[in-house]
Amino acid sequence: MNPTDLALQLWPAAASATAVETDWLILAFTVLTLLLTVPVFVAITWFAIRYRQGEEADRSHGNTRSVLIEISWMLIPFLLTLIFFVWGARLFFVSKQAPGDAMVVEAIGRQWMWKFQHPTGQSEINDLHLPIGQPIKIRMISQDVIHNLYLPALRMQMATLPDRYTELWFKADRTGSYRLYCSEYCGTDHSKMDGNLTLMTQADYAAWLQNAGANQGGQAGAGRVVYESYGCGNCHDPGAKVRAPALAGLYGREVKLADGRTVTADETYLRDKILNPNRQKLAADYRQVMPAFRNVIPNDDLDRLLAYLKSSGATAQQEATPGGPVQ
Amino acid sequence: MTSGTITDGPALRDPHTPDSRLGHGADYLHAEHTLRSWFFTTDHKRIALLYLASITAFFVIGAVTAGLVRLALVVPDGQVFTNDTYNKLFTIHGVVMVWFFLIPSIPATFGNFLIPLMIGARDLAFPKLNLASWYVFMTGALFTLASVVLGGVDTGWTFYTPLSTAFSNTWVVPALIGVTIVGFSSILTGLNFVVTIHTMRAPGMTWFRLPIFVWTHYATSLIFLLATPVITVALILLIAERAFHIGVFDPAYGGDPVLFQHLFWFYSHPAVYIMVLPGMGVISEIVPAFAQKKLFGYKFVAYAAIGLASVTFFVWGHHMFVNGQSDFASVAFSVLSFAVAVPSAVKVYNWTATIHKGSLKLDTPMLYAMGYIGLFVLGGLTGLYLATLAINQHVHATYFVVAHFHYIMVGGTVLAFLGGLHFWWPKITGRMYNEAWGRISAFLIFIGFNVTFFPQFILGYLGMPRRYHVYPPEFQFLNILSSAGSTILAVGYIFPMVYLVYSIWFGKRAPANPWDARGLEWTVASPPPAHNFLTEPQAPKIPYDYPIQARETGRQHS
Repeated sequence: MNPTDLALQLWPAAASATAVETDWLILAFTVLTLLLTVPVFVAITWFAIRYRQGEEADRSHGNTRSVLIEISWMLIPFLLTLIFFVWGARLFFVSKQAPGDAMVVEAIGRQWMWKFQHPTGQSEINDLHLPIGQPIKIRMISQDVIHNLYLPALRMQMATLPDRYTELWFKADRTGSYRLYCSEYCGTDHSKMDGNLTLMTQADYAAWLQNAGANQGGQAGAGRVVYESYGCGNCHDPGAKVRAPALAGLYGREVKLADGRTVTADETYLRDKILNPNRQKLAADYRQVMPAFRNVIPNDDLDRLLAYLKSSGATAQQEATPGGPVQ
Repeated sequence: MTSGTITDGPALRDPHTPDSRLGHGADYLHAEHTLRSWFFTTDHKRIALLYLASITAFFVIGAVTAGLVRLALVVPDGQVFTNDTYNKLFTIHGVVMVWFFLIPSIPATFGNFLIPLMIGARDLAFPKLNLASWYVFMTGALFTLASVVLGGVDTGWTFYTPLSTAFSNTWVVPALIGVTIVGFSSILTGLNFVVTIHTMRAPGMTWFRLPIFVWTHYATSLIFLLATPVITVALILLIAERAFHIGVFDPAYGGDPVLFQHLFWFYSHPAVYIMVLPGMGVISEIVPAFAQKKLFGYKFVAYAAIGLASVTFFVWGHHMFVNGQSDFASVAFSVLSFAVAVPSAVKVYNWTATIHKGSLKLDTPMLYAMGYIGLFVLGGLTGLYLATLAINQHVHATYFVVAHFHYIMVGGTVLAFLGGLHFWWPKITGRMYNEAWGRISAFLIFIGFNVTFFPQFILGYLGMPRRYHVYPPEFQFLNILSSAGSTILAVGYIFPMVYLVYSIWFGKRAPANPWDARGLEWTVASPPPAHNFLTEPQAPKIPYDYPIQARETGRQHS
C-alpha cells in the first residue's frame, strides 16, 4: 500500500506482531479510560441538570466527606491502570532484547537526511528496504544533533545521539511501503528528514540488494551525502535563500548561458562548473556567487556527486521537496 | 457605546471623593492615581494587575503565533511560511506561552491578589520583593522579546542540545537569558507566598481552614523554590557552552546532550504542576460556590495538592523513554508516573461529588470549571498513555503529545484562569460583566478547544511527528479540522477581552459577594480597600461554610 492512499484511515498500518500488540494495548487502555471517565462526565452533566438551583430535588444527606469512598476511588483506578503499566513495560522490554541472529543495519542521522547501510555493503538515503520474517536490528548514531528514527508501522522509535550508538529491533511480518520519519526536532529541515520504509519478502530483498547499486543508493546515494556535506543545497535546493539554478533534472538538458550561447549540461559541463564556476559558462539570469571547488573536493567525492546529479535527472520530482515547485 | 441600560454610573469616580460605602479610605484602584502609584506600588492587588496586564499581552503574542502555526498547517507542503519562519513561529509560541504565560498566569495574578485576602492579611510578607519580582519578570520578558525582534529563535521551547548550543544560527542567547531571569521572578514569588502563608494568617485561620486555593499555591510555591534553581543552572550552562564553548552538553566538547534533558525535565515536568495546581485551586473555589455545598473531602484535596507537588519531582524521566536513557530507569519512571494519577483522580472525583446534591448555579465561572474538568480528565488520562512504555515508543514526539499537553496545560490552566477571571472579576474591578456573553465565551472555548486538539490525538496515533512544517498529504484532513477549531477558539478568546474590558466602564457595580460565596475575600468590598480589611478579619470555623453541609459519613459528628 502506498502511504498516500491512507488519506482517511484512522488506524495506522501495522507491520509487525509487536505493532499489533501495541494496538491492542492502546485499545484496551482506551476501554478502561472510558470506563473511568464516562461515568464522571455523565454524573457531572446529570447533577448539573438534576440539582440546578430552583429545581425540586432531594438535597438531604449530601455527603461532604467519606474516607471509604475517597480511598476506593484513589486505589481502584490506580490498580486498574497498573495492569497497563505492566503490559506496556513487558512489551517494551521484549522490544529492547534483540535476538542474537538479528541482521544489523547501520543508520546515520544528520541534518537533514537518513543514511542506511545494509550488512552486505549497499547503502541508501532516506529510503530503507528490509526483508520481513527476520529480526532486524538498526544500530544508529548521529553526526550532528539529536535525531530520532521513527517507524510508525512498527510502533517504534529511537533517538540517534551524536556521541553514542543506540538501537532498536523488530521483526516485520507484512510487506508494503510505509513512512519513516525523524521525530526529534533537529533544525531547519526537520520535517523533510523523512522517507520510505519498504518491507519486502526475503527473495525480493535479495533481488533488490543485487540491483541496489543500479536503481538507487550506490554511487548516486553516496553522491547525495557529498551534496549534503558540501552544503550544495544551501543555494541549489528549491526555496534556498541564495538564488541558484535548481539541479534536479538538470543533467542532459540544454542550458542557456549569460553570453547567449546554449550548452548541454553534460558531465563535463557540470564538472567544470563545480571545479571552476568562474569560467565563461554562467547560466542566464544568475549572478556568479558560487565558490570554486578545485583543490577542495577530492576526485572520488566529485565522481559521486556527479553520479547523484545524473541520477536526479530521472528522479527529479522525487528528490525535490514534497510539493515544492522546482524552479 | 453610550447605552445606559447596563450601567448605573461612571466607573471612574472623582479621585477626591472617597467611596462612601467604604466608610474611610478609598478602594485600592482609586486610592492613588499617578502612574508612579502603579509602577512603584507595593500593594499586592495592584501588582497582581500589573501582572495581569503583562501576561495578557504575552497570551496574545502566544495565541497569534499559534494561529499562524495552525494557518501554515492547513496545507501539507509548507507553502505558507518558509521552514525557518515556521520553526521560529512555533518556538516563540512555546517559549512565550510556557515561560511568560502559563507558569506565571494564575499564581502571579490571582495568587498575588487573593492569598493575602484569603488568609486575612494586609499584604504579602515582602511587598517590595513582590514588586521587584514583577520587574524581574519584565526584564526577562524584554530579553526574550529582544530575541524575537532581532530575528527569532528556532530551537523549540525545550532548547535541546547540541542543536541550541552548536547548530542554531538564531538568537538563542538572549532568549535563554530571558528565560533564566524569569526563573528568578518565580523563585521570589514562591518565597513570598510560602513565608506569607506561614506567618501572616489571621487569628483563627488554621491550616485546615485555608481555602484549597491557598493550599495549591503553597504546593506550587514549593515547586517554584525547589525546581526553578535547577533550570536556572541548566540554562546558565547552556549559555556558557554556546557563548564560550565550555563542554557540558555537546559531545564535540566532551559533554553529554542527554544530561541537558535530565536537568531540563527535572524542572519542566514539575513546571506542569506549577501550571496545573493553581488551576485546581481555582476550580476548588468555584465548584463549591456554585454548588452552594462544602467541598467534598476537603482534607484529601489539600493533601492531594501536596502529594502532587511531591510526586511530580520523581517522574521527569518519562520524557526520555526513547532518548537513550537506560531501560531500567524508564521502567522506574513509568511506574512513578502512574502514581501521579492517584492525587489527580482525587481532585476530579471530589469535584464531582461536591456537585452531587448541591444547589447548582450554571453561571460563567461554573461553566468554565465544568469545561476544565472535562479537558483535565482527558489530558490526565492520555498522560498515562504516554507513561506506558510501549505506547510511548510509538507516540513519543508525535501530535499525540501535542494534544496531551495542550489538554493538560491549556485546558488545565487557561480554562481555570478564565474561570477564575470571571469568578473574581467583580472583586478585582468592582464591576459585573455581561453574563450571557460570558456563557457564550465558555461554550465557544470548550468547543473550539476540542475541535482543535482532539484530532491531534488521532494524528499522533497515525504517526504524524510534531514540529513538522511539511507533512505527508494523508494527514491534511485532520490538520484542517484542527485549524478550523483553532479559529473557533480564537473567537472564544476575543469575547472575554471585549466584554470584560467593556464592563470596567459600563458594567453594573458589583456587590461585595455577588456569588454568595464563602472565603474571606468576599467579606470585603468590591473592589477591596487599599489595606484589605477595615476591621480585624474573622476566620470561618470551617472552610467552605456553605448552606448544604449535611451530615458527614465515616466517623459521625453530630
